[in-house]
Amino acid sequence: MRTKAGERGRAPVRRIAAYGRPVGRRLVLAVVCGAVALAAAVGLLATSAWLIARAAQHPPILYLAVAIAGVRALSLTRGAARYAERLVSHDAAFRVLGRLRVAVWTRLERIAPAGLPAYRSGDLLARFVADVDTQQDLFLRVLAPYAAGTLVGTGAVVLLWSLLPVAGLALLTGLVIGALVVPWLAECRSGRAEDRVAPLRGELTAATTELLHAMPDLLACDATRSRLDRVAAVDRALSRARGGTARAHGLAAGLATLTTGLAGCAALAAGVTAVRSGALDGVALAVIGLTPLAVSEVVTVLAQAPRDLADVRRSAARVVDVLDRTEPVAEPVVPAPLPDPPYPLRVEGLVARWPGAVAPALQGVDLELVPGRRVAVVGPSGAGKSTLVAVLLRFLDPCTGRVRLGGVDVTELAADEVRRVVRLCAQDAHVFDTSVGENVLLARRSASPDEVRAALAGAGLLDWVDGLPDGLETPVGEHGCRISGGQRQRIALARVLLADPPVLLLDEPAEHLDPATGDALTTELLCAAAGRTTLLVTHRLAALEAVDEIVVLDAGRVVERGTHAGLLASDGAYRRMWDLERDAPPLPAPPAGRAQC
Amino acid sequence: MPATGDAVLRPLDPRLLAHARAARAYLALCVVLGLVAAGLLIAQAGLLAGTITAAFLEGADLAALRMSLLLLAAVVLARAGLDWVQEAAAHRSAAVVTAQLRSRLLAHAVRLGPGWLTGERSAELGALATRGLDGLDDYFARYLPQLVLAVLVPVAVLLRVLGADLVAAVTIAVTLPLVPVFMVLIGLATRHRAQRQWRTLAVLAGHFLDVVAGLPTLKVFGRARAQADAIREVTDRHARAAMSTLRVVFLSALVLELVSTLSVALVAVGLGLRLIGGAVDLETALLVLILAPEAYRPLRQVGVHHHACVEGLAAAGRVVAVLETPPLRPPASGAHAIAVPDVRLHPVRVEGVTVEYPGRAQPAVADVSLELRPGETVALVGPTGCGKSTLAALLAGFLAPARGRVSVGGVDLAGVDPDAWRRRLAYLPQQPRLLAGTIAENVRLADPGAGEAAVCRALSAAGLRGGPGPDTLLGERGCGLSAGQRQRVALARTLLRDVPLLVLDEPTAGLDIATERAVVDALRPHCAYRTVLLITHRPGPLGLADRVVRLDDRSVPAPEAVPA
Repeated sequence: MRTKAGERGRAPVRRIAAYGRPVGRRLVLAVVCGAVALAAAVGLLATSAWLIARAAQHPPILYLAVAIAGVRALSLTRGAARYAERLVSHDAAFRVLGRLRVAVWTRLERIAPAGLPAYRSGDLLARFVADVDTQQDLFLRVLAPYAAGTLVGTGAVVLLWSLLPVAGLALLTGLVIGALVVPWLAECRSGRAEDRVAPLRGELTAATTELLHAMPDLLACDATRSRLDRVAAVDRALSRARGGTARAHGLAAGLATLTTGLAGCAALAAGVTAVRSGALDGVALAVIGLTPLAVSEVVTVLAQAPRDLADVRRSAARVVDVLDRTEPVAEPVVPAPLPDPPYPLRVEGLVARWPGAVAPALQGVDLELVPGRRVAVVGPSGAGKSTLVAVLLRFLDPCTGRVRLGGVDVTELAADEVRRVVRLCAQDAHVFDTSVGENVLLARRSASPDEVRAALAGAGLLDWVDGLPDGLETPVGEHGCRISGGQRQRIALARVLLADPPVLLLDEPAEHLDPATGDALTTELLCAAAGRTTLLVTHRLAALEAVDEIVVLDAGRVVERGTHAGLLASDGAYRRMWDLERDAPPLPAPPAGRAQC
Repeated sequence: MPATGDAVLRPLDPRLLAHARAARAYLALCVVLGLVAAGLLIAQAGLLAGTITAAFLEGADLAALRMSLLLLAAVVLARAGLDWVQEAAAHRSAAVVTAQLRSRLLAHAVRLGPGWLTGERSAELGALATRGLDGLDDYFARYLPQLVLAVLVPVAVLLRVLGADLVAAVTIAVTLPLVPVFMVLIGLATRHRAQRQWRTLAVLAGHFLDVVAGLPTLKVFGRARAQADAIREVTDRHARAAMSTLRVVFLSALVLELVSTLSVALVAVGLGLRLIGGAVDLETALLVLILAPEAYRPLRQVGVHHHACVEGLAAAGRVVAVLETPPLRPPASGAHAIAVPDVRLHPVRVEGVTVEYPGRAQPAVADVSLELRPGETVALVGPTGCGKSTLAALLAGFLAPARGRVSVGGVDLAGVDPDAWRRRLAYLPQQPRLLAGTIAENVRLADPGAGEAAVCRALSAAGLRGGPGPDTLLGERGCGLSAGQRQRVALARTLLRDVPLLVLDEPTAGLDIATERAVVDALRPHCAYRTVLLITHRPGPLGLADRVVRLDDRSVPAPEAVPA
């Protein structure tokens, strides 16, 4: 979804509607099939009414042959047309959905991850994806039914008009009020009630997930009862609020029945007078009397549409809101070519701020990553370590200052090109719902099985994989739910080892492991990365003897830098952190046996 | 994946009605409204047929037919009122029933406890208790009333037609049962394909969510842009597969439509032919013609809302499956409840305990014994995944051992009411969770009656002096605090409880070393006169321990077996 300047102001639903154009023919076909099915239902009753009324005049049977054939044909048409409509509309739905998803993806791809801080939580993400999927209803449940319903409603009015204009007028009035005005008014009313419902739903979800999420703590504090009561209270408020919507919908349903029913009565009364005065054939009276009964189906179809439109409109607004966010990274119009290796990475006076944040997360950081050198960035959380990583990956542009890769300012390079040189092993790397092997291969599709195994071995995962019955083919489950957190992290490591980038960023690689294992793994990794330009971000100092330079960050500024030995000698912040980490007594040696008292 | 299988429910399942009382009242209302609807339908048909016949054949004028037309208008008015009541009642009842099921579901989840409610299940149950139950909305609001109508209206219509014209009644009586019969036959024939199709759709939905969630990772590896083609391809592939299945699945709707419209045509043509011969009069013929489609309409509507039924019943099946999961130990009723022995006088013993998690080959802990003597602080150390947290959860009464027992002064905890037991202990889980609200509210969770001074004392004991104040408002899951600050708030909450037994699972996790020191110092007086089980894999807190017990590593690398 490319956002041209002119598109921003347009209503979200109109922008979404543009995506239906390429499948327009199928949508028209769906409308035609739907209209034929509806028309067949109306026609069946109208023709049957004519047939019976005419038969009551005891004509020769030949006079009824056409009507009999018509009744039979219409009865077959209805089912067949409905079947065709279902198939065509589902086919169109899949196509619309495919296009929408690709369009949304293309745009998300530009703004993620730095442009989407609010969408990190899984639940919000799921809702966003559901919102995108809801957009197909615009075509299938709003536009198509409106088109088909309007066509057939008009046809029924024309039929009655041709028999007796007053009757046609009565039906027209009934349809316009019952099928168009009433549902729309009801939606306005229930929309207001819905505005109260939405926050309560959110509150209910929050209270429910909180109760389940914090269950151990609540049980331990003997506080589950009060939390259950709170959920029940929100639920009661929600039921009351939904009562408002229910009344609006109920009123709409009643009024629709009333207006179309009274329109039928009025048409019948007009017909009775017309027959009496000789202006109308008695046979036509049966048609006038019975046709409005079948038209009620049209009303049902149209009554639901405003409700679906309101849903589509709400989710379209949310989708468009995400898509209109500014891109956190400005791509150069004409990207400079990627320089030739080696790739020294130089950071000069870097100030960086996250979109929406007031204070910069980094304030004047200098850093030099000479090819082959290994640099560690340490500091407490919130010191700006993750921001530095985001800027180096070109997920975020500097406010001031420069980052040069191979001597070229990275803002002059295409972001994807930068990331071909600089790769990250993130602490929250996503594991896709596929096999272990596929997850690693993601880094380099062309890799041979041996290379994949070597990468797994480098991440300390090969023995585990070889022990699995399905080996590399083992599925990891949704968000890696079938494997442990440590294994997830190691898969991410194997991935980046397979990618074999000139510059490697390691963001807290040992975060989900216990300190002893984590320190060992960090040492292993630094060995594996020997000779490669590496930036290690960590809060553990144990493995840092191996790195060439240590940069201590605090509150977005560099407070100390030097080698491990040098920093220890200088008796500064690093020395204090080191002492605290070292000072703690070592764990006692394991006794023989499993566990003893 | 969940170990709980879903219960398979019938369209109107007594088990669902048993769990949702409000649904029974609603069902009764549906029956009453359905009967009235059928009566009005028949009345309207009679009036309409009578009016048309009188005007057509007898030449009656408007004045003569005024009564009939007014009655007709009255019937229309009554039907409108009925629609109003039906629609409003449907939505309201759906809200009430889902609220009732939600509250039962959550209360039962509390009874099942954290031992059953692992992280994954917690997310799943959260989704079921919110969005999942929404799937029951349409089931109650749309499907159930139609189901009732589908039973009542055809029978009523058939009886009325029988009173008017035997031939038409027989035609309807013969064709009507064909609808459900064909539906069932086609349903059976296509069930396998249909199920596969719904799974396909689920995979399709899941794939997009998965790649969107992994977008940053894909960007790092330069795969994000290429993924657009993959999304298009996956959607197309699934669309093709789904379409071939839908062609079969929609057959049942096709047959339903065909049977009902062909029957109406059959009735109409038959009436026409017999009218010519004078075997039937116009009024009867019109009455039957108006009523005939009404006999099939509710059945068709049931078909239309079939998807709501499938979705709703799937959710209901999961709800019933959870509700029918027996709790870890049945709550001891008043008379049989064993008094909780005093931890201040008696040792707490873990005796040869083995804990197994369902679906895992390896037990989380195997044959472990441990004794906590009154007033003693025991530190439990060992590598990640060796079962330390399992032992803590066991002491907190969240798990039941597969073999062995936990006893206090010789009394097996299995016989003690878990709530009563938990009132005697304070437990700090490995990943403590905070709630939305102020810091003080979070701390006061442990003791709602605690005064401001007590809360402040607990906070400063937990090393939160000078940090965010007690009135600081936190977001969901304690959002707004750093991990270390959250840990300290949870610790303050634990310290607020004046209980004889403390179970502290990694009390200094996520703290920097200076803070860890402060916390350890603050903990010291609290541990001094209590029985404490202290789990740590950091060396800092070991200074508190009177004794250190090491739990061996598991030989097989299993996924971390930590409940929640």
